[in-house]
Amino acid sequence: MMKKSVRWPVFGGAFCLALALSAVPVLAKDTVKVGYIGPLTGGNSAIGLGARNSADLAVRLQNADPKSKYQYELVALDDECKANIGVQVATKMAADAKILGAATHYCSAVALGTVDIYHRFKMPAIVWGAVEPKITYGNDYPEIFRTIGTQEYQNKVAAAFMRSQGYKKFAIIHDTTDYGKAHKEFFTQFITAGGAEVVGIFGVTAEQQDFTTELTKIKALNPEVLYFGGLTPLGVRIRSQMDKLGLKVQFEGTSGIKSDAYISGVGPALAEGTLSFLDGAPVEKLEGGKAFTQAYAQQGYAQPPEAMGIFAFASMKQIIDAIEKAGPSRKAIVKALQGLKEDDTLIGKVTYDKHGQNAIPLMTKYVVQDGKWTVWEDSEYASGKRSLIKVK
Amino acid sequence: MDISLLLQFFINGCMLGMMYALVAVGFTLFFGVLDVIVFSHGDSVMVGAFAGLTFYLLGVYAVPGLPVWASAFFVFLAGMAFVAGAGMLISRFVIMPLRAAPALNTLLATMMLGTVMREAVRLFFPDGSNPKPFPRLLPDWSWKFGDVLLRFDNLALFVAGCLLIVGVAMLINHTRLGMAIRAVAQDAEAAQIMGVNFPLIVLATFAIGSAVAAFAGLMNGLYYNEINFNLGLLLGAIGFSSAVIGGLGNVYGAILGGFVFAFLQVVGTVAMPFSSAYKDVFAFGVVIVLMAIFPTGILSERQSQRV
Repeated sequence: MMKKSVRWPVFGGAFCLALALSAVPVLAKDTVKVGYIGPLTGGNSAIGLGARNSADLAVRLQNADPKSKYQYELVALDDECKANIGVQVATKMAADAKILGAATHYCSAVALGTVDIYHRFKMPAIVWGAVEPKITYGNDYPEIFRTIGTQEYQNKVAAAFMRSQGYKKFAIIHDTTDYGKAHKEFFTQFITAGGAEVVGIFGVTAEQQDFTTELTKIKALNPEVLYFGGLTPLGVRIRSQMDKLGLKVQFEGTSGIKSDAYISGVGPALAEGTLSFLDGAPVEKLEGGKAFTQAYAQQGYAQPPEAMGIFAFASMKQIIDAIEKAGPSRKAIVKALQGLKEDDTLIGKVTYDKHGQNAIPLMTKYVVQDGKWTVWEDSEYASGKRSLIKVK
Repeated sequence: MDISLLLQFFINGCMLGMMYALVAVGFTLFFGVLDVIVFSHGDSVMVGAFAGLTFYLLGVYAVPGLPVWASAFFVFLAGMAFVAGAGMLISRFVIMPLRAAPALNTLLATMMLGTVMREAVRLFFPDGSNPKPFPRLLPDWSWKFGDVLLRFDNLALFVAGCLLIVGVAMLINHTRLGMAIRAVAQDAEAAQIMGVNFPLIVLATFAIGSAVAAFAGLMNGLYYNEINFNLGLLLGAIGFSSAVIGGLGNVYGAILGGFVFAFLQVVGTVAMPFSSAYKDVFAFGVVIVLMAIFPTGILSERQSQRV
């Protein structure tokens, strides 16, 4: 009996304290959940973590805004850039009815597998980093949107650019995921339509370490350009091994290697002159770019936002705006997103077509100059001070 | 196909084969002595590469102006010692406690351990998720014979790998320690009755196998000039397959298996009509066929001598 009489007041006190603590936010605002999925571990985690931080930044900025109607909570899950894992975490997220919408995926192979799930659970998802066209154009799902452009347009610009530089003979290495294959197909299509020749195509797995055999074969084929359709980890290995084998041709990548990790991975000297292409404008040229960079720095994230951070930020911001406008229901959010016309976002004006694809009118060409991805037009390569590798 | 190209493919295959062989030697040593498959062995290779990189950075920081050959020597010595130490810890705290348990438990435990090692490097090495450039510690000399590019660093690594393998073989066949290892491999209980210090021999075996793995990791770093936390995964699978096709438990078999696997990959890329994407499918497919023909490996384990 003695014991009991002691315990009750303690318990009661704790209860009151808990009530007092929890009462403040409850009275102020309802909490709603939003999701983020991307590669947080594995070889592509640099991009995924930068994008996660950027999505988180959108949430934090909103929560700091006194005018915000809701308190937002971010649920971030890791797809490891693997389709099987992606399907699991997407199901987990979509099945949680409390999560109203999500900014999802960097890896196209993953996004292709998960769009069906979002559709089945009617959860709005804005793809922030995966560029395979079929993610939006391969279905009629109203829940799927995409802020970033597709590979098709990217390769069209890339092919036109390479032709304008006078290159005529290409060898292609691509990873054998849907993403890498689509890069190969679109680039081959656009470059051969312009009269150039593709002398060899090599598919490689995403885990491969050694490329000396492929590169030796390519050396014998004597191309002017080595085009690589794949992501940073492989890009780093291929560029390093090209040097080892004395394969001195122009190296052309895609948005897949447009990351700081590529340059630090191969070293600035070897990265010099590498080309890549990415949707939208670089962050420092964006209207809200400076504010974004500042706010990002203020939060003290451990990783840089990387190339895709702005897209994840814009995607998350759109979901939040839709919730603020239409209320916390998945259906209402989908409707609000569908109705967007020239929505002002960090990446520029966003309008979704009937497949939920944003028509990004801008593609930026980048070249590595002195250890930095530099916009082609601003580079010394464009001004003629330096030149890309040309083989006779 | 002209001869110089063929020669270049041959050089590439030799480098690859040497790396696989070094990894396979570890698998085969551990199996020989303890009858266990240590699946974290591929990740020991990766840890070796990262340890080397760390010691290089430390060396540059502590002794600025250290000549490159000296830092290369230091990187190899320190990297191999570090992984040898780690290997001993693994054997003492993971393998030995599970000795009485079914072999499957060891298999599973070491697989998990591999994941722990991989993720630890990814999380705790600064910016560990990203590929890291590995310093060029060997001179950049190369000779051109027609279209063939023979690089000094490749040659040096290959020769060093050969010497290491010969050294390990000598150690096992011609020293007292080697005799004890062979005795334990043959019959652990009888060896103990004869006065062999069993736990010590196990530690020594793991130190040797892990140091060889570290060498493979450093070779990997110097050859490709790039390392990443994931490199042990496939290397482990290939090293294990090489040890198995060579004949698990036989050191020479492991070496043979490593080169067989490397050349299968080269052939899969160069000479097969299908896309090079299938080279691993081809190589592993041939491994399955080889296993059907030689169930105990090409150089099968002899009853009298296992290591």
